[in-house]
Amino acid sequence: MEQQPTVVLGVIGADVHAVGNRILAYALEQAGFKVVNIGVLASQEEFINGAIETGALAILVSSLYGHGEMDCRGLREKAVEAGIGSILMYVGGNLVIGKREWDEVESVYQQMGFDRVYPPGTLLDEVIPQLRIDLGLVENGG
Amino acid sequence: MELALLIDFGSTYTKVAAVDLDEEIIVGTARAFSTVETNIMEGFSKALRELEHSTGLSSPVYKYKTACSSAAGGLRMVAIGLVPDLTVEAAKRAALGAGARVIDVFAHELTKAEVGKIEQMNPDIILLAGGTDGGNKEVITHNARQLAGSAMLKAPVVVAGNKTAAEDVGAILTGGGKDVRITDNVMPELNVLNIDPTRNAIRELFLQRIVAAKGLKKAEEFIDGVLMPTPTAVLQASELLARGHKGEPGLGDLIVVDVGGATTDVHSLASGEPTKAGVSMKGLPEPFAKRTVEGDLGMRYSAHALLETAGLPRLVKSSGLGETDILNHIANAGSNPEVLSTDGPSRQIDTAVAYVAVNIAVERHVGKIEVLYTPFGASYIQTGKDLTQVNFLIGTGGVIVYHENPLVIMKGALFDENRPTVLKPMKPKVLIDREYILAAMGLLAEVNPLTSLRIMKKYLAEIV
Repeated sequence: MEQQPTVVLGVIGADVHAVGNRILAYALEQAGFKVVNIGVLASQEEFINGAIETGALAILVSSLYGHGEMDCRGLREKAVEAGIGSILMYVGGNLVIGKREWDEVESVYQQMGFDRVYPPGTLLDEVIPQLRIDLGLVENGG
Repeated sequence: MELALLIDFGSTYTKVAAVDLDEEIIVGTARAFSTVETNIMEGFSKALRELEHSTGLSSPVYKYKTACSSAAGGLRMVAIGLVPDLTVEAAKRAALGAGARVIDVFAHELTKAEVGKIEQMNPDIILLAGGTDGGNKEVITHNARQLAGSAMLKAPVVVAGNKTAAEDVGAILTGGGKDVRITDNVMPELNVLNIDPTRNAIRELFLQRIVAAKGLKKAEEFIDGVLMPTPTAVLQASELLARGHKGEPGLGDLIVVDVGGATTDVHSLASGEPTKAGVSMKGLPEPFAKRTVEGDLGMRYSAHALLETAGLPRLVKSSGLGETDILNHIANAGSNPEVLSTDGPSRQIDTAVAYVAVNIAVERHVGKIEVLYTPFGASYIQTGKDLTQVNFLIGTGGVIVYHENPLVIMKGALFDENRPTVLKPMKPKVLIDREYILAAMGLLAEVNPLTSLRIMKKYLAEIV
């Protein structure tokens, strides 16, 4: 049997929004992923260390409380230091405070090294197929 | 009457205790210098003669004769994992829970230099972990190759890592001529601890190989067996005392502090969950029976390390004596570990050293609370065990057992209002192992837990 692809999921920083995290974990499991859920109040180190031990293929970061920009900065660099620099990284949620153009927000996070950046209201129907493609689990459009 | 003879082959003393199983009393205890280096039987026979002399029993017949041992350096282990906070820490906890002295830990891919270091330390057992089940395989496989490639390493290897890699790892090590035991992963999922299988594998190796390697085989001709390392016996006794057995209730949550010549051990028997509302837990889950060992906190062999850790001013303050007195005492304690302090100032310094050892060892053992300010107000995060509400604090180890006022030392373990984030016990009853029987009762617990429990409840003396 093919091994389940593993992903690390968590809510970064001092953020305690637990409900969405549980829903994401459930949906990803239903979609056939092995979810290593490090939960709320997760530090960058926990994402990285969790991914190393579990051999995860992707790090999925949520941030709902507006401080994501501060919390996420340096995550890619830490992953590079830790030897998993090429791991796939997604981020989603209320990523900034105040009204800012989405294009700008997306580019800020892309520059931090995130492969995909999702605005509030994104449905998992969009994210999960994208994740499968990015991980090379299916052909584009499959 | 039916008697049991319980023996502790220590690094300094061989201690024997005779127990009347019907009356549930300690008939007598005795000790003599350990003679592991020459012939283990010399010290043992001497202690036995002394026991017979003091009890008036001549050549008694014992129903059970069992021993534990921390002689010849104890059970010396090296733990290897992947990430320091995760599988390395899990492996370390499993080894400590098995009564080992963890002489060093290693993370990530072992280098040639690190293998050389392990060769020099010459551990009794190597514990190799790394990767959750289905997780990282490369590092544990690499590390197995590194260990297999060393002809000098003769120690058996317990493999407790990623199950997907375990068979390959076992084959690599066997190919390198190592004695390999494969057991369940110490961390099967991220942040899930599974240390019992590893503890059992270590215990099995101890019985099969280590007893003989430590020169204890001779003793086994006269007794039923050397069953476990001494710290395991103490942990086993503590767990029995906390949990109770069948109809006989235990004492509930408790902490045991054991101050020795080389190390200070702390055992806590408690789930350690938050006792206040609104506190969330972080980090690895804690085992109910948790043991930590501080190699830099001891009365004799480690007195100098303790001075470096604690600093001279602290010892001056606790003892009320001058710097020169303390420095002389500590230099002497390190070079003549067998010397017992008799005169006033020397006793005073020993008391201060023990207080500091207890203070720091318990502080390191217990959990801490961290306050995190979020946009929603303050969040409280606990790492480790909350032991503020434990019922009992038990003191053992020579300096405490034979002290005229051990409460002075035990106070080092108590909650400090000036440091409210350190979750030390607030109002425990303090008990002292006056007869020095905890290890013996851990041995007795193997065959007769009920008697062992009742004797402990009878003999541990409360002090106020």
